[in-house]
Amino acid sequence: MLASLKDAKVLAGGQSLVPLLNFRLARPAHLVDINRIAGLDRIYERDGGIAVQALARQSAVEDSDVAKRVCPLVVDAVRLVAHRVIRNRGTVCGSLAHADPASELPAVLLALDGHVVARSTRGERTIAAAALFNGVMETSLAEDELLVEAWFPASAAPFATVEESRRHGDFALAGAVRAGDRLALFGVAPTPVLADPNNPTKGLHPSGDLEASPEFRLHLIKVLTERAFAA
Amino acid sequence: MKVNGIWYAAPLDARRLLSDHLRHDLGLTGTHVGCEHGVCGCCTVLFDGAPVRSCLMLAVQAEGHDVTTIEGLAQDGAPLHPVQQAFHECHGLQCGFCTPGFVMSVVGLLQQKPNPSAHEIDEGISGNLCRCTGYASIRRAVARAAELSK
Repeated sequence: MLASLKDAKVLAGGQSLVPLLNFRLARPAHLVDINRIAGLDRIYERDGGIAVQALARQSAVEDSDVAKRVCPLVVDAVRLVAHRVIRNRGTVCGSLAHADPASELPAVLLALDGHVVARSTRGERTIAAAALFNGVMETSLAEDELLVEAWFPASAAPFATVEESRRHGDFALAGAVRAGDRLALFGVAPTPVLADPNNPTKGLHPSGDLEASPEFRLHLIKVLTERAFAA
Repeated sequence: MKVNGIWYAAPLDARRLLSDHLRHDLGLTGTHVGCEHGVCGCCTVLFDGAPVRSCLMLAVQAEGHDVTTIEGLAQDGAPLHPVQQAFHECHGLQCGFCTPGFVMSVVGLLQQKPNPSAHEIDEGISGNLCRCTGYASIRRAVARAAELSK
């Protein structure tokens, strides 16, 4: 269906897309609602990690025993996504496909070196986290592709997701995800970025806005990295 | 879709938000609309038993599903729902605009955590905004609602 429609958007949880529609910031010609597709909401163990399908709600991942056992980093990070009421609808795969630079889950996927599975009528392909995020809310998914599954490798201890936001549940001003020795940052570049834990701000040029100046964001990254690696 | 136990036809307009459908088409104006982008929490309803933002769903998505609004918690003349009773007892509201959203969120919170800690109460209501109370009386109301629900 995605292949046959011009200017179509996939609607899963809708917790990012519907606000954009309400504000008329996004005006797609078509919405393809995937919520009635059966058997696309599983969370299961695969290849030494967890696979989260397109309709698995963030709250389901938060409560999932298999996710807690195999990849507690994802469970910890999901709890920082907005509020429970939002997570009841919002999906993990939707957060990845939406690719907001300030959101946690793209950085988690990058820190863990996970991947997503994209499907279209042309077939299925795997996209590594490092090749998925192209820019602000832009991914390498083609217009006719549906992100059907995200795969997160088991989190190697020690791990941490730390962020600074004005209020609980708000978008982070800046954040850091540590998975073992790997560090991914979010909120400080158009996409999540991998960084050197010993020099995390190297090469970063975060933007400034009403809530935080570029200098403050760089300061936050230093402090958050210290905290993540002190854990 | 089933709303408060009654089946209704889905709206003809696929663009209709669930919040607008409840208010304008079904006349259930207890669901309030504040920000219309998922931040304020006023429009929270139960969708198949779990609290969600009705302004972030299209009404057609609710077809075949079970929606409960503030009007569905207690029948006219019947005793209030424990969460409503607790808000009443603890003065958990002033102007009342945010109250339906708070009540529906707290119903969901207590389903998930029947004995919430102070921290869990704070986190549970952090997705709803109130400009009058300063939240102290709402926190007390949630703790009281947990007692009344036992």
